[in-house]
Amino acid sequence: MISCEEAAHICNRKQYKEASWRERLQLFLHILACKTCASFSRKNTRLTRLCDKAGLHSLSAKDKEEMKKKIQKES
Amino acid sequence: MPSGTNTHQLQPDTWVDTYADYLYNYAVSRVSDSEIARDLVQETFLAGLRSAKNFKGTASERTWLVSILKRKVIDHYRKINSKKGKAEVRMQYVSQEDSEGDWLEERAADPVSVKELGAIENEELGQAIQDCIGKLPEKQAKVFTLKTIQGMSTEDVCNELGINPSNLWVMIHRARTSLMGCLDKNWFG
Repeated sequence: MISCEEAAHICNRKQYKEASWRERLQLFLHILACKTCASFSRKNTRLTRLCDKAGLHSLSAKDKEEMKKKIQKES
Repeated sequence: MPSGTNTHQLQPDTWVDTYADYLYNYAVSRVSDSEIARDLVQETFLAGLRSAKNFKGTASERTWLVSILKRKVIDHYRKINSKKGKAEVRMQYVSQEDSEGDWLEERAADPVSVKELGAIENEELGQAIQDCIGKLPEKQAKVFTLKTIQGMSTEDVCNELGINPSNLWVMIHRARTSLMGCLDKNWFG
């Protein structure tokens, strides 16, 4: 049985599709026995869904650098 | 963050890191063109600098910047409208062959468009998430944004920020836990 810390770590990586099937199975078994981690996992998955649904955008680091330069020049 | 006082102060050096993504999302949802949105954000910052002396400190820095961006968006639409020449309204009453019934009724928009409601809700959600990201410590916000919004691989994020994967996952964990708490009341119900 994996620890809660390990379970959380796998759960986080799972949100970015970076957990192996073996890890996902370990997480699943842990969650069956641990209510705290089950709740964390549910919320974590919900957060992922909300972020997807919001269709967030972000400026690239390059764009931001350019903005900073222009602001510095003006101020 | 100064609190307990009524006056806010402008700190232009922190604008890009603190507000650029927030303003960008606001702009993208209104002009639906990423490059124009980016330029509008840039113009907003520069206009903010130029009129910094008019900032009275009654509103927060962000509210003030958003109000400038709103005007930039309106200006943008005015500009593209004047390029097209005079605004022209043409109504063709009898062009469609399959029309039947009252012409006015047929041309009225659906009273409740499900799609539009969804779009409004998603926009509110986007602003809420962006608000919560803004409350995170700077480095956590950066890691979370790169990983979740830009969808970068763990390796690339580590290289860009000069951290190792276990640092990264600790920061992701903290960021996600804070975000769950921050969004809890309104969005986890």
